[in-house]
Amino acid sequence: MLPTLNGRIQTRIFMLVVMGGLITLVITPVLPGDPDYAMTYTVLATVLVLGILWELVYHGLMQWRWEKDWPTLFGLLNAINEGLLVWVLLELGVVPGLDSGVPLSTFLVMFLVIWVSIWIWTNGPMRIFNVRWRFFGGRLV
Amino acid sequence: MIDPSAGTVFPTPGAQNYLPSQPAAGDLTDALLATDWWTDELVASAGIPIVDVPFVSVGGGIGSFVTADYLRIGGVDTSQIRILSALDHPWETYEYLTRVSQIPRGERLRSDSASRPDNIWGFPSYAVSEAWRSKNPATLWQVLVEPTFADFYTPKAGFVFEQIEREAKRIRYDEMLAKGLVRVVRRRAGGGYFTILTPPEGATATKRLAFRSQYVHLAVGYPGLRFLPDLQAYRTEHNDYQRVVNAYESHEHVYERLMTTPSTVLVRGGGIVASRVLQRLMDDRLLHGAQTTIVHLFRTFIDGPNDGAGSAKPHAFMKRKGADGWAYQGFNYPKSVWGGQLKAEMRKLEGAERAAKYKVMGGTNTPYRRYWQKQMKQGRQEGWYQLAVGTVGSMTPHQGRILNQVKTAQGVYPLEVDFVIDCTGLEADIAEHRLLKDLLDHGGAGRNPVGRLDVDRNFELKGTVSGNGVLYASGATTLGGYFPGVDTFLGLQVAAQEIQADLAKRGFGKRIGTVRSTSQWLKWFSGKQI
Repeated sequence: MLPTLNGRIQTRIFMLVVMGGLITLVITPVLPGDPDYAMTYTVLATVLVLGILWELVYHGLMQWRWEKDWPTLFGLLNAINEGLLVWVLLELGVVPGLDSGVPLSTFLVMFLVIWVSIWIWTNGPMRIFNVRWRFFGGRLV
Repeated sequence: MIDPSAGTVFPTPGAQNYLPSQPAAGDLTDALLATDWWTDELVASAGIPIVDVPFVSVGGGIGSFVTADYLRIGGVDTSQIRILSALDHPWETYEYLTRVSQIPRGERLRSDSASRPDNIWGFPSYAVSEAWRSKNPATLWQVLVEPTFADFYTPKAGFVFEQIEREAKRIRYDEMLAKGLVRVVRRRAGGGYFTILTPPEGATATKRLAFRSQYVHLAVGYPGLRFLPDLQAYRTEHNDYQRVVNAYESHEHVYERLMTTPSTVLVRGGGIVASRVLQRLMDDRLLHGAQTTIVHLFRTFIDGPNDGAGSAKPHAFMKRKGADGWAYQGFNYPKSVWGGQLKAEMRKLEGAERAAKYKVMGGTNTPYRRYWQKQMKQGRQEGWYQLAVGTVGSMTPHQGRILNQVKTAQGVYPLEVDFVIDCTGLEADIAEHRLLKDLLDHGGAGRNPVGRLDVDRNFELKGTVSGNGVLYASGATTLGGYFPGVDTFLGLQVAAQEIQADLAKRGFGKRIGTVRSTSQWLKWFSGKQI
């Protein structure tokens, strides 16, 4: 990826809302732990809000890179730090809107399915639908 | 006098629209050459037949090809486009330059996986295609872990050319091609331009043809390559074009000779071409038994973090890796010029600020490739790859060899070698290109902060507007504009995208939105001719 800060945030919001939203809709009934939609969409929203903050961090870190790029692998491995943070916050019970705890298996399956799907999509097929996206740092508007 | 700003509508081309050729040879006249704005009458009176076509692209290399590709995908018919070129195939010049500079079809270019001139989407990337074709996931793994755990993936030259050939057939490139050399482009009184083509001798009844078009696109490539002055002086003075060669001219005889005779070669330059030539010399030595000693002369020796401005302590955010003489960088520019942060930043800069930014990110550099590192390390240890830092004061023939006086920080040293390979790749000024010089003198074109053609963000050549006509330029001649990286595959596509979008706004072709993009990609994927 060759993102700009603006492009990072736009792509992040678009992908989590559209693709993340659709995947959540489809997989919630079959996730382990029998979660309801309120729980899974709250988790998705948490990932989104924290993700925007993470993008600020990544953008800062990227400044130390001469190429000002964000390699494909980084985009995949960022699942680890982001997933951990969301899980810790869920465990601490500081995520608003959740009445009960989220089972680890529910969270892990949901988070990884969405993460990997978005990662694959933004590293390839996304370009089919928008020829300008890759030349404008990931900006959609 | 027709008002130059008046609009005009061009008829579709066809034989009935050609002006009859006159008994005169149909050549450029002094009156034409002295006039900045040409009227239809002036051109006709010279006996030059006029061909009407809305869009003309001058060059016929990769730049013309990707622009035509974008336009065709944007729904423009082949009858609306003419590509004026001396080349039979768009990859012809590129293949020549890469082949002689030691990247034959089987070797890998210095180009990103998603940088595909034959595919405006860059998907699937070369790495994906290569993995699919070879049924081997190695290239997928490489592109996944690059550049941290592997060298950047780069495609094989031959595969790139084959795929361009496939796409050229798909967009019916040959139907758009008009062979010949373009002599001048002049603005037309009443709008648009005249592009004067000199077709191959005997191909037409007249010496020239005039293409009357609303839009012109220039993609003429490098204005020319220059030799280092001391090398050129030696070659002409001693009439020796065999032992002192430029990497961009055919010099296979040097390698052939080295295979049979143990010799010493002086390699000059610290860029990608020097790396390639060194690989050839080292491969010949390590794999095929040549007994070559290599002396590598750097003018600037890099041995640590660096930037293009030569800062002693580069800023923490603009620090490139370097060692053993080289500045290391994956591609010709820091990667984000093709779509990320540096592209966005440069787009906002003007004048001296822009020139300064170009300088910081520029400077000669080459990729860090593990294979090359291994070869160079072995060469240094075994003593057959030696480094020198400095410039050459003079060169003279001496007992069948070449005696160089190498000027270093410690003084002048004599260095006797059998061959000199110049890999410095100096580029000529744009005014050395006849067509570009004419545009500077008569077409209203100007220079940007680094001295090349001054184009706007949409790649319109500033100052050349003619009524409702627009003159665009892309490629190496426009280096220094709001978009860096112009002289690369992706850069040409970035330019083509801007040009196509601008033309679509003007009603020439359609906007490539989500629906068109998707349906056209499906056609590309299935290989359906458009």
